[in-house]
Amino acid sequence: MLELDDDDAAVEKLPTGMPSFDIIAKGGLPKNRTTLVSGTAGSGKTVFAMQFLAAGIRDSGERGVFVTFEESARDIRKNMRSFGWDLAQWERDGLLAFVDASPDPHIETVVSGSFDLGALLARVEYAVKKVGATRVAVDSIGAIFSQFADQSVVRRELFRIAAGLKELGTTAVLTAERVDDYGPIARFGVEEFIADNVMILRNALGDETRRRTLEIVKFRGTDHQKGEFPFTIATDGGVVAIPLSAMQLSQKSSNVRVSSGNKELDAMCGGGFFQDSVTLISGATGTGKTLSVAQFLNGAGEGERCLLLAFEESREQLFRNAIGWGVDFEQLERDGRLKVVCDYPDIAGLEDWLVNIQAIIREFKPKRVALDSLSALERIGTVKAFREFVLGMTSFIKHQEITGLFTATTASLMGGTSITETHISTLTDSIILLRYVEMFGEMKRGLTVLKMRGSIHDKGIREFEIDGTGMHLGGRFKNVSGILSGHPVHLSPADLERAWSEFDTQMGRRETAASAPGSERRTGGERRRPT
Amino acid sequence: MAGSSPRATAAVENLRRICEQELHGQYELEVIDVMLHPELAEQEKVLATPTLIKQLPPPLRRVIGDLSDSEQVLLGLELRQVIQPPLPTEN
Repeated sequence: MLELDDDDAAVEKLPTGMPSFDIIAKGGLPKNRTTLVSGTAGSGKTVFAMQFLAAGIRDSGERGVFVTFEESARDIRKNMRSFGWDLAQWERDGLLAFVDASPDPHIETVVSGSFDLGALLARVEYAVKKVGATRVAVDSIGAIFSQFADQSVVRRELFRIAAGLKELGTTAVLTAERVDDYGPIARFGVEEFIADNVMILRNALGDETRRRTLEIVKFRGTDHQKGEFPFTIATDGGVVAIPLSAMQLSQKSSNVRVSSGNKELDAMCGGGFFQDSVTLISGATGTGKTLSVAQFLNGAGEGERCLLLAFEESREQLFRNAIGWGVDFEQLERDGRLKVVCDYPDIAGLEDWLVNIQAIIREFKPKRVALDSLSALERIGTVKAFREFVLGMTSFIKHQEITGLFTATTASLMGGTSITETHISTLTDSIILLRYVEMFGEMKRGLTVLKMRGSIHDKGIREFEIDGTGMHLGGRFKNVSGILSGHPVHLSPADLERAWSEFDTQMGRRETAASAPGSERRTGGERRRPT
Repeated sequence: MAGSSPRATAAVENLRRICEQELHGQYELEVIDVMLHPELAEQEKVLATPTLIKQLPPPLRRVIGDLSDSEQVLLGLELRQVIQPPLPTEN
């Protein structure tokens, strides 16, 4: 009776101790089931399998058995040191046991007649009972196919081992190789039938960069998030998945305004940026993006820390330029109010950057984060990876109630939009454009607040100047149109008059058509004329 | 071997027959049940059952299966010299 009751219960999930993975798996791996983790060479299967055991040992006092068919236990102990997992110590403490079934090149074996893998099964059972393991990792079942010529025997025996692991009450992760990142689930075509659940790790090459993703294909009898989720393998945490959908859901929204570091800009933005918002500043080179960043960081309140992620200029260059605008980064750093991370974007993949940056933010706990520039990061990954990076950054920043300022560089000097902008404009809350405006043989600079979610803002294109104390906003550009398109057209006062009277006539006609007195509207139009 | 399956019994019978015929009774055989002594299987890194391990004389050799193919067993244990085909003479 008791057994029947147990079977009736819904599939229980075992939190793996990998928080980001558990979100995607909606609670963890199905308990007392076998899960196949399939992936191409270098996709992180062994790390995932070992991390599953390590998390159990470290976080929930669950013991583990690692069955290896491929690498020797010695190699694995060595390789996993880089993740901070001291396997040898765990083995000594009786928390972990290896079943080393890796091929031994010194032993020559001949086959004569029929056989089974009873000895292997006996060894696995022995190890599980010896340490009292509830988690088992088998890496990789494809390798055992290559150890024995008779594949039907191996297949039969793997089924027996999978059944045996369930009988022992363990939750198991079995890894398997795939030939292609997009193709059959595993090499021998039978692996997916051995396990209850199937997930795939990918390390696909696109646009000369590798991108790791994790996908749960099936969880028998229980739910999971669908699709591919980017992940990275961090040296201090192993597999770190990036569950974007989960991050989006948890965004808050506040009405608290913070200063952009420039009073005039604050006024244009209806009182400043929202505290948990992300603003994108887009402009051509030299329009004042980095200056805006410097002011933004300098504008932080007393005791508030700021983080600057600089991917375009060297530290020295950055600091020198900031001094030129009256902002002393060096002093701010000495006071512990600023942390500057200055690096070549190419040293890591976008997923790695995201995880690294999040770790820095968690540790430093800044109230403001500036990133200069997104365009530099965009070059190192695919469009999809870049979007995910920005989405991951914005949701993380907002979740932590941090104010974010990102910059994007436009390709053309005059007008135009940057590719960065097009890809991420919907992800940011506010967009500020900085543009060059050619006027009578002189390059002037213009600023406009293009959008600001949840707030009224000045719609004008304002001229600004840069001097030793920073950015100074002036009045609107008069008698010029077409600034944003990059083709400014200068209008004489006569042209303007004509344009406005045309407008009035049109309005008047519409009003008449609607059988309403047009005179009032006309004067309304008159009032709007620039003086 | 694992338990007392027909395969295990067959392997022991086949091996005794081969040893009697080829070694004229000059052998020492130890039968280990991995179900009872999994630690020995672990120690010897055995996966398959039945597995025959020849410890002496060197070299160390292994044969897996029910040992029904006597020729393979003798070859595997290096108890019989392989008759080499004559090398082609150079012209």
